[in-house]
Amino acid sequence: MSAASGRDDILGAIRQSLGRPALSVDAKKDLDEHIAQHRANLVPARGQGAPDALVQRFQEMAVAASCTVAVVTDEAAVPSAVADYLRGNNLPTQVTLAPDEWLTGLDWDSQSLLETKTGAAGINDLVTVTPAFAGVAETGTLVALSGPNHPTTLNFVPDYHVVALRTSQVVGAYEEVWAQLREANKVGGGFTMPRNINMITGPSRTADIALTIELGAHGPRSLHIVLIDDQAGQD
Amino acid sequence: MEFMQPGAFKENANTAMADKNLRSAMTMLNDGMIPNRQGAVDRLPEFEQLSQRGRELKDHVLAHLDYYLERFERNCKAAGGHVHWCATPEDARQAVLKICQSVDAKSVTKGKSMIAEEIHLNAFLEQHDIEPVETDLGEYIIQLAEEPPSHIIGPAIHKTKDQVSDLFLKHHAKLGRTERQTEPPKMVNEAREILRQKYFDADVGITGANYLIAETGSSIIVTNEGNGDLTQTLPKIHIVIASLEKVVPTLEDATTFLRILARSATGQEFSAYTTVSTGARRGDDLDGPEEYHVILLDNGRSAMLGSEVQDMLRCIRCGACMNHCPVYQSVGGHTYGTVYVGPMGAVLSPALLGVAETKHLPCASTLCGRCEEVCPVSIPLPRLLRQWRQRSFEAGDVPAAERWGLSIWAFFAKRPWLYGLGARLAMRGLAYLGRKQGRMRRLWFAGGWTQGRDLPVPEGETFQERWRKQQRKKVTG
Repeated sequence: MSAASGRDDILGAIRQSLGRPALSVDAKKDLDEHIAQHRANLVPARGQGAPDALVQRFQEMAVAASCTVAVVTDEAAVPSAVADYLRGNNLPTQVTLAPDEWLTGLDWDSQSLLETKTGAAGINDLVTVTPAFAGVAETGTLVALSGPNHPTTLNFVPDYHVVALRTSQVVGAYEEVWAQLREANKVGGGFTMPRNINMITGPSRTADIALTIELGAHGPRSLHIVLIDDQAGQD
Repeated sequence: MEFMQPGAFKENANTAMADKNLRSAMTMLNDGMIPNRQGAVDRLPEFEQLSQRGRELKDHVLAHLDYYLERFERNCKAAGGHVHWCATPEDARQAVLKICQSVDAKSVTKGKSMIAEEIHLNAFLEQHDIEPVETDLGEYIIQLAEEPPSHIIGPAIHKTKDQVSDLFLKHHAKLGRTERQTEPPKMVNEAREILRQKYFDADVGITGANYLIAETGSSIIVTNEGNGDLTQTLPKIHIVIASLEKVVPTLEDATTFLRILARSATGQEFSAYTTVSTGARRGDDLDGPEEYHVILLDNGRSAMLGSEVQDMLRCIRCGACMNHCPVYQSVGGHTYGTVYVGPMGAVLSPALLGVAETKHLPCASTLCGRCEEVCPVSIPLPRLLRQWRQRSFEAGDVPAAERWGLSIWAFFAKRPWLYGLGARLAMRGLAYLGRKQGRMRRLWFAGGWTQGRDLPVPEGETFQERWRKQQRKKVTG
């Protein structure tokens, strides 16, 4: 069967089962509108609240999902927080940074023990540091968008993944991330999607052997969040 | 290997019930999954409302499925993706093969996909000298064991830890891993290390899809291990295989399902990785696949629309129905002899494979209703099971003795006074016969039933007699 007839056959079979022809132009317009409005359905109460409360919930939920969190009050402290984390866990000091202007612009030279490079992750990269697009309080979820400044492999290949996130990036619910994405990637009347949106909630895990939960199945064994409190004093 | 067949359900069940390993694995399922799900549901006060909304959304999509699939196709193509419409499993296998051959693929990594199981993709790829590498740990285990999955989200749930230890030793020894690992962390690590290079070597990565988004032409996978992401990011080509009903209108609509999926499936607040994929890598990206293909499989779904089993197309594949099913818990997934198992499998399989082939499956249920209670999209599974039973009866697939028995029962059931008389005589007769022991070891016409248990002897009165007595008491008292 050719691909084209597969398409027509399937759409025809669907319409026959539904007992109607293809939708009219007007009916399609209504549905187009539904898509264009992309309304939120129901946002749970736990995804709403004052910024402080959401940041706290984000931390609690991330820890519940087996993340570790270190809070710093200034982005300049990120390199030392990363160095502390590596030292505290006896990890190697070679680190792959996401080629992100903000992240690479931090003073990594201040940490003489760290050897940094930038790029996508290779099979031997054990530790990566990346930024994130947002943090979602309702489940302690980090959201990363793929792009030249954030190769997706950095989130999955290493054994240890460190994410630098500002408290001002924490939102309550997933829907707020979609709204920000639509705004950030606006093109004409619509928006463009990155190749990947990665929603990450804790390190990799499996329960496939006798239902015992083990961390580090294929992705990172550990996920460390350096949370930069950039809202202090902004009441 | 020989897979169990759905036609041999009864024999399979007897074998399964005698399997100690299976019983111990199933007890863990019962003890773990049920309280986990309940905890997650209890922690989210809006769960019921979300579930209701999810149900409405699915019904809306199904009523406009042609429209949403066309929108999905348009937007997927606009983002540089390719869409392949496949009416049958053979169409889907050929489409996958063609894509693999376009890059002369030798090895294909695979994320967990029930659609890949449905179309028996691995055996087909092997026939064409392409090595399929399952990367989800559960799928990896059953691939080594050459078995089909026994659960839609935990494919190796029937295996005990010891069985996995043996399996790993047997298959990993030739890779230099000659020590038998018995601790789950070490076992997980061994599989991790063995699969690592395979991700980087694969030419094509195949994943399933939990959702397709019409608005953006994207696919979504939900995983915990991160294997699906390595699978779809490292090779040259990413193929998504999905059935038609996976499409949802918008990112917001997908979000509603994401809030109920993990909670119903594993009792997690959210799975570790939820990944939205749209098109191939962009021009200036440093990683990601160069091509993105979506295989849309029908295989009987379009015919389910508008039929009495349309509600089954709402299924989000969480597995809660089987986790809570007393029959599934007793016999495990392989007994069903089909790719989809448990209550959802017993409803879906007759639609995919035909009712004659699968006639035992809808009968493998006590219709206790727990599956419907825990279904996050309120699929009336017991009603659908009854519908298949009726179809099977109408088609003449029911053996003569059973039809005969049913017509005798119907004769009495339509004549209440005769039914009452018969029941009274039978109860008193049984009470007399079993008066010494208080239980019956064997029973005429019910040898199958008494084979596994004794019948407590009736005390002499029928239910109807007691009911009448109690009603009289209420009136007078």
